[in-house]
Amino acid sequence: MATALPVQAQERLKVVASFSILGDFVKNVGGDRVDVTTLVGPNGDVHVYTPTPADAKKIADARLVIINGLGLEGWLPRLIQASGGKAPIITATRGITPLRLGSDADPHAWQSVASAKVYVANIRDALAAADPADAEMFLANARRYQAELDALEAAVRAAVEKIPPARRKVISTHDAFGYFAAAYGVEFIAPEGVSTETEPSARDVGAIISQIKSAKIPAVFLENISDPRLVSRIAAETGAKVGGTLFSDALTDEKGVCPTYIEMVRHNIKALTSALGN
Amino acid sequence: MITDALIAPFTEFEFMRRALAAVIALSLGGAPIGVFLMLRRMSLVGDAMAHAILPGAAIGFLLSGLNLFAMTSGGLIAGFTVAILAGVVSRTTGLKEDASLATFYLASLALGVTIVSIKGTNIDLLHVLFGNILAMDDQTLLVVAFNATITLVVLALIYRPLVIESVDPLFLRTVSRAGAPAHLAFLALVVVNLVNGFQALGTLLAVGLMILPAGIARFWSRDITGMICIAVISAIVSGYAGLVLSFQTKVPSGPAIILVATVLYVGSVLFGKFGGLVRQLFPARHLEA
Repeated sequence: MATALPVQAQERLKVVASFSILGDFVKNVGGDRVDVTTLVGPNGDVHVYTPTPADAKKIADARLVIINGLGLEGWLPRLIQASGGKAPIITATRGITPLRLGSDADPHAWQSVASAKVYVANIRDALAAADPADAEMFLANARRYQAELDALEAAVRAAVEKIPPARRKVISTHDAFGYFAAAYGVEFIAPEGVSTETEPSARDVGAIISQIKSAKIPAVFLENISDPRLVSRIAAETGAKVGGTLFSDALTDEKGVCPTYIEMVRHNIKALTSALGN
Repeated sequence: MITDALIAPFTEFEFMRRALAAVIALSLGGAPIGVFLMLRRMSLVGDAMAHAILPGAAIGFLLSGLNLFAMTSGGLIAGFTVAILAGVVSRTTGLKEDASLATFYLASLALGVTIVSIKGTNIDLLHVLFGNILAMDDQTLLVVAFNATITLVVLALIYRPLVIESVDPLFLRTVSRAGAPAHLAFLALVVVNLVNGFQALGTLLAVGLMILPAGIARFWSRDITGMICIAVISAIVSGYAGLVLSFQTKVPSGPAIILVATVLYVGSVLFGKFGGLVRQLFPARHLEA
């Protein structure tokens, strides 16, 4: 048993995760044997991040770099090359069949709890390979965390069940909830498209307003990383209710409402059920 | 059919009407400013100033977080400071306006980037200042209209010295001392209209709605009043046509407006009455009639 060994003077495994949600997964699996830093911090937008020299240093010092892949971190490959780091790069979405948006893959796979379990499995294997001495502990942590995720999945399904099927439609600011929609049968419509980088055209906004009116969509949601003004305007013009803020691509800091992935999903589902329920 | 395409978007959707109102207000304020910038050979100053507002926005952000009002005021103050310092330096020393402005805006930009990274956030502060022409709430619309009004009033007050200074600064210096204050007031107006444009149009392209109409007007009129009128009209036409274009195709609204203005500009370069290429190649015959 790892715990039975004499106190190790060995350093903790240095892991870099590209953004806050991945960082939370690594923390849960790695426990106190892992020292995890994230490049894009709480409430940051991972789509349009501009890396700093400090980030290159973090990558150069890391023993393991964990990324989401599926085109989420477009700025990362050059940073890794420039940093000269030798650490293996692990794609946490490996094994997940990506949803398609046009010709591109939708990177927001973590929005389905079932996919989050794949992330956790990939991270567990990567950590165990990088630090075999603590492998058993990583295994146990991952097993415990995946059990929590199972409970979360059940809670989400139960909550969606309570929403009348006709009302399972919402507007959010950018296309971040494709996997959530596919897994739990809630329809999401977004003006900004899959990346926050794109700007909506008047045609897109007009189409959404017509759609809300004709399909009687009950609520629109804001996101913590996007400009709220456009969605507010849409709400004002259609009479749909602003259902609050959904968290899509970033956690909040410790003091915020959802510092961890599990709290984020619980927050989102609570916002959805209270806005869409009768 | 055609009326459907051109008018229906505005009757059907309130956000289109608001966008049109905002574009008209922006044109009324920005286009005359653009004409004076062009006459004073300061057309690129707009772009420089756009960067100069960053440290102000950053300090506003440090003091009160993502508060639009604080960041806008900060941006305005930083812009004014840079404009006034650059104006003072160019007037009291031999350094030309563009060189002194370039110095101050680069310093300002460097300061802004430094302040932002001290806070250690990756939010693009300039983007926070940016609104979206399709998302005009009451407050933004009122601010845009207010700024356009202020701009026109101040321009009316400083019109004479500004015009004379644009064409013959030495003459003005010999007859009046109004040159320097008028110039500084003008620079302040440039900053107000820039920040205004960012909030409404949502990109750095806001500068385009100031400068391109002025370029267009240059080819159709020889006197300043005529140029200002043509600039305002072509800015409004670009705004309207850009919104329709964005509604009928899938082009984002900000770029659509500037692209329409660019098409008008190219047309003016080719067929313009004064200095257009076609006129130069096939000059009208004199003394016929």
